[in-house]
Amino acid sequence: MHDQRFVIPPQELNREDFASSVPEFNRRAEVMNTDMGYKCAITNIVRLTEQEKLFQIRIIDPGERALFRFRPGQFLMLELPGYGEVPISISSSSTNHEVLELCIRKAGSVTSALFNAGEGTRVAIRGPFGSSFPMDEMAGHNVLLIAGGLGIAPLRAPLFWINEHRNRFLDVSLLYGAKDPSQLLFTWQFNEWDMISHIGLHTIVEHGSDEWTGKTGMITDLFNDISIDPGTTYAIVCGPPVMFKFVCGYLDRLGIPMNRMFVSLERRMHCGMGKCCRCMVGSTFTCIDGPVFDYWSVMNLKEAI
Amino acid sequence: MIYKIISKNEFKRFIDALVRSNSSFGPRLVDTDSRGEAVYQFQPVSSVDEIAFDYTRTTSSAKHFFLPFREELSRFHFHDGDWDQSVSYEANPVVIIGLRACDISALNILDDVLLNGHFPSAYYLAKRKNTFVIGMDHLPLPDCFCKSMNHHTVPTGFNLFCSDIGDEYYLAINSSKAFNFLREFETRDPQYDENCRLAERRKLISSSFRTEIDVTGLPAILDIEFDSPVWKKWGDKCLSCGTCAMVCPTCYCYSVEESFAPDLNSSTRQKRLYSCNLVDFAAVAGGHNFRPKNGDRLKYRYYHQHRGFAENANQQICVGCNRCGRACLAGINPKDVINDLRQEKDTCMTSVSSSPRRS
Repeated sequence: MHDQRFVIPPQELNREDFASSVPEFNRRAEVMNTDMGYKCAITNIVRLTEQEKLFQIRIIDPGERALFRFRPGQFLMLELPGYGEVPISISSSSTNHEVLELCIRKAGSVTSALFNAGEGTRVAIRGPFGSSFPMDEMAGHNVLLIAGGLGIAPLRAPLFWINEHRNRFLDVSLLYGAKDPSQLLFTWQFNEWDMISHIGLHTIVEHGSDEWTGKTGMITDLFNDISIDPGTTYAIVCGPPVMFKFVCGYLDRLGIPMNRMFVSLERRMHCGMGKCCRCMVGSTFTCIDGPVFDYWSVMNLKEAI
Repeated sequence: MIYKIISKNEFKRFIDALVRSNSSFGPRLVDTDSRGEAVYQFQPVSSVDEIAFDYTRTTSSAKHFFLPFREELSRFHFHDGDWDQSVSYEANPVVIIGLRACDISALNILDDVLLNGHFPSAYYLAKRKNTFVIGMDHLPLPDCFCKSMNHHTVPTGFNLFCSDIGDEYYLAINSSKAFNFLREFETRDPQYDENCRLAERRKLISSSFRTEIDVTGLPAILDIEFDSPVWKKWGDKCLSCGTCAMVCPTCYCYSVEESFAPDLNSSTRQKRLYSCNLVDFAAVAGGHNFRPKNGDRLKYRYYHQHRGFAENANQQICVGCNRCGRACLAGINPKDVINDLRQEKDTCMTSVSSSPRRS
């Protein structure tokens, strides 16, 4: 039956220590292990509207804080232990290494739980993930930023960048549309952007109110207020899916090359690392190839917007 | 690679020794289906007699040893308003016996996906490194189309691969572990005669395929036929149950879920295999769904398998095992869908004027 001269001892096929395979990991360039998150504390919470809050978070460990660097347009995975993880774009300045600001809308179970969390709550972040706006490429050109609703959140990082390097850019305009005046976010920064940084700010709301003295209408109505030189302009667009078609279509007809229009897409990422495929559009991962795409790539992606 | 010849009896003794001292899995007859056909699955085995070496196919693929349906990614322990996170990559050593060439190809594709790029998966690597894979060739079933996908032979990705050449097995030894195990058994170097028999065996396998799918230029065709009515036709049949992705040897999409332990002292982040056919696969916060229709999602599955992956990794992700086709409750299978799509293409081509002939 069983041959006595041969016994494969159980330890022969022993568990290969994971540590022994780590060198193999490190041989590949730029490998990141992001299974462990950075522990953060919520340092400040600002209520922006009924549905949106601005969370300031700070990485607790100084060493990890020094490691965490991001570029404007990237996102991170925010974890509230026990509830889950959500992809959130970073809304703070990429040169601010002390705190991160995340503008979060109450939309699901995790964000609802976050809304109940107070200051001091410990959360975890993984990242940063994804592509970013090519701010260096845009230097020396006009920049036109167009935001609809919560789309201002990912645009705030490039806005900060432009603020801090204002002399590198020519004319900068921000067109910002919202449903009604109470839905406008970051209103306290409007004056700073307009007066100090000389960013031409144009706001519009769909439904005005009694106090509202500005314009009412769709965001595309704002194009009448500004003059765009298609030859020297870069555009950054972020908003609800339906907005991309109208805005980018308009800019395309105006003659801005498609590779100078950048959009930031929204998907529900689960891993952020191009493994879970939840954010996949065609052959492209929104989490590693995006969320910032030039319009040419988006045009070629079916079902992207 | 080192090649050896082993007699079938000696091979059984080798497998028996291996199985008795290690945690092992092999194809076993578990049931018969409604049509009276045998149902095999990879199940734990403790002796060589339990293994059905001549099995036809397993309903589930071997991917579940590497990508379990549920897998813990990390754990949080709560204390005093704070928490600690722990991550574990441990995997117990396992022997899997009797994988087919297409199953091993599927593992190679998963290696490509999960171990390359900036974010290699340590969870997968730990399991892959701790698994001893013994492959066996087989004559194709009537509905296998792995030859069309070029996966009826496999050059790498296993520890040991056995080709049936009559009374003996022609062994391809691909790891020192396998070589050391085999030292204790009677093997010999292959001679001219055995090499000929191996060539014959390969020819026989290669010529036995009865199902063929023409995948030449398929990525481009899929691109052009994005709005084809074929997707509505098959999409209307699709039940969006996700069975195809569960039995597929290469489908790896997942969702991440988190849950508290009942005592509220800890929580776990778990990964659960998902399917792009499930309705909320592309849903985002606020309720927008980027692929709301059955046809959209079915199309996406084919696009990922035959086009998107081909663009990213230079190969199609499908290995041609037809597990999805057999398991589909609505009778959707890749052969019919792709042929349907090609038909579309051919009818289009008839209206294109032919290029002028040189006289």
